[in-house]
Amino acid sequence: MKQYYICEKYFFMRIARTSEKECVIQQSEVDLNLMDPFIEKYKNVRGNMIPLLQHTQELYGYIPREAFKKLESETSLKLSDMYGVASFYAQFRLKPVGRIIIKVCHGTACHVQNATAITEALEEELGVKDGETTADNVFTLESVACLGCCSLAPVMMIGENTYGKLTGKHAKEVIRDIREIETGSKCSH
Amino acid sequence: MIFEIKYSTMGKTKVIVGLGSCGLAAGAGKVFEVIKKVKEEKGLDIELKKTSCIGMCYREPLVEVVDDDGSYIYGDINEAKAVQILEEHIGKSSPIKEYVVKTDLFETKDKNFFDGQVKIALRNCGYIDPESIEEYESRDGYKSIKKIAAEKIQPVDVIQNILDSGIRGRGGGGFPTGLKWKFAFNNKADVKYIICNADEGDPGAFMDRSVLEGDPHSVLEGMMIGAYAIQACEGWIYCRAEYPLAIKRLNIAIDQARARGYLGKNILGMEGFNFDIHIKEGAGAFVCGEETALMASIEGERGMPRKRPPFPAESGLWKSPTNINNVETFANIPWIILNGASEYAKYGTAKSKGTKVFALTGKIKNGGLVEVPMGITIREVVFKMGGGIIGDKKFKAVQMGGPSGGCIPEYLADTIVDYDSVNATGAIMGSGGMVVMDETTCMVDMARFFLDFTKKESCGKCTFCRIGTQRMLEILTRITGGDGKEGDIEMLVELSNQIKDSSLCGLGQTAPNPVLTTIKYFRDEYEAHIRDKKCPAKNCKPLLKYEIITETCTGCMLCKKVCPVSAISGEKKLPHLIDQSMCTKCGMCYSKCKFNAISIS
Repeated sequence: MKQYYICEKYFFMRIARTSEKECVIQQSEVDLNLMDPFIEKYKNVRGNMIPLLQHTQELYGYIPREAFKKLESETSLKLSDMYGVASFYAQFRLKPVGRIIIKVCHGTACHVQNATAITEALEEELGVKDGETTADNVFTLESVACLGCCSLAPVMMIGENTYGKLTGKHAKEVIRDIREIETGSKCSH
Repeated sequence: MIFEIKYSTMGKTKVIVGLGSCGLAAGAGKVFEVIKKVKEEKGLDIELKKTSCIGMCYREPLVEVVDDDGSYIYGDINEAKAVQILEEHIGKSSPIKEYVVKTDLFETKDKNFFDGQVKIALRNCGYIDPESIEEYESRDGYKSIKKIAAEKIQPVDVIQNILDSGIRGRGGGGFPTGLKWKFAFNNKADVKYIICNADEGDPGAFMDRSVLEGDPHSVLEGMMIGAYAIQACEGWIYCRAEYPLAIKRLNIAIDQARARGYLGKNILGMEGFNFDIHIKEGAGAFVCGEETALMASIEGERGMPRKRPPFPAESGLWKSPTNINNVETFANIPWIILNGASEYAKYGTAKSKGTKVFALTGKIKNGGLVEVPMGITIREVVFKMGGGIIGDKKFKAVQMGGPSGGCIPEYLADTIVDYDSVNATGAIMGSGGMVVMDETTCMVDMARFFLDFTKKESCGKCTFCRIGTQRMLEILTRITGGDGKEGDIEMLVELSNQIKDSSLCGLGQTAPNPVLTTIKYFRDEYEAHIRDKKCPAKNCKPLLKYEIITETCTGCMLCKKVCPVSAISGEKKLPHLIDQSMCTKCGMCYSKCKFNAISIS
């Protein structure tokens, strides 16, 4: 039994890709009760694993280890299967992300129109590398395969807004505008 | 009175704003808001409506005004121009001709973009509000399924009709749709499924997104007809999560279709025809475009392809007979049933019938969506509809079929668009992405780009695909990095052939195509990289030499400041110099120089 526990612990450490200590801190921040409505909805539905994981990620921005545990105990899904699926699809994240996710398109059309310059400009503006989150947990910079706005290449998507015909300078301005709104709203609280 | 109300006998003047994803990205949302505001403030008696993509992405945002005289589509509209149109066109009844990009009333400079296009799959895109079932119905929507119900057309006859039309799978494979339906029909079972593949993963393609956003009901009707023909009871649309607007509009359309009784039990009085459609959001895996992987994904598993046979028509989703078609294929079906197979087969070549939608992108003037009859030449699409190359640079190649396809060089641009002719060049028709490249695009870098994509997207099941693409990418990265060796090209060809022969699914079997075609047609570029350490397209940074043009340099010191390795020296107001031994070729000086004083060779 004890051995099983160790395996499980090791497994979760891999999921979170972070040390055990950090995991404990995250744990206190997640309200698992929020998952109840959709667990109820999908519990006995065929092919429910991906929708369950998608809804979980929608709630928390990533899939926390405690959420995996809750899903395991309340549905018939197995941890190993869930980890297999969560690590297979590009959509799922196993570690926390910033509040705002910047998706820079690196599809063929954007590549031909120098999307690399956009990513480089944003890396410079945010002070993080592609795939990383800023220290204040506001922005996460990501690359995606294709957003389907090829005729406006190069393109990036922030939230549900798409920005087209970008230059490095323009991309930086967009970020500065968003940051201004973000910090502005913080002050008013 | 600037905003005098215009009286008409034909009803209100309509103002229609294109709100597809690309339109929104170009600022159509703001244009819509400003028109709405002016309409309310001034009490304009106009009907303000929404539509989706008409294909003219290079002129977005688009605003159409329909008055008694006809339709005027205005292009490149911003908030100021929108107000101006309201003042001039609506207020004074005088259209602003120089902003008009499409009308039947006079010739515009964008005339060539539409001439020669035949809109079947895109028949409603840009003409109707995709969130209104009434507008779809007003343009012959749901008439085909009603025709089947009224004339009691039997499933076998529907299938024969589709076979006669000659339509082949528009997702890229080109398998005859009617034959696929026949196989699914012949497998008797209580439960059968029909799936719409909307996992448009090819980077550089957005045909399916435009159809789903612009005319979701046509896809639903196509699926209903397919379900009736093969006798399926449940349908799934597998759509990428990257297309939130498409998913939203599909959900609206499905709810509307249910409310009208197009989906449900004993549809349109056809006893025993029960059918409903669900949406399945993809989770970001290119390999899920492969049908067995797609079904695994719907079942909630890792999207990994499995061995065929058994084919999906025999044992597919949850082991039931299943038929899978692409979005564009389904969008064509209602038109074929309503207008007849022979009408459809009028277009195209002997073996490729009908029309094909292409997403024109890359270094092209008129980027957008075009629907052309099969048999047209690539050159015609690029130069007539596409308007030629940006900056009138030299046309080098066109990439078709995305990561599974290949590059067709300029001298083969008279190849006609049909499945067999395109396959003969080494590329594939694919789902319809057409990325145009000019002299500044490096073909080795292009091959590296696609291999990087397929390497990341390989599901890992077959060793040759998983490790082979990794090794090929390493070689290509080395070549573009200036460390190419003799024998690299031969090694790439050998690896390519082995990956093609030893992979289970289409992803691996076609992954080497971009490399093989670029080696076939642009071997000299590979050799220049490997032997001369030069990138003829001046694209691969490590192979470039940055130098300051002393005559143009003003000595502003900006490049000196931005150089991360302090390789630039020079006094203020005197020409600077780059120390080549220190230069890391990052290109910062080049992108920052305001006087074009840095040359690349």
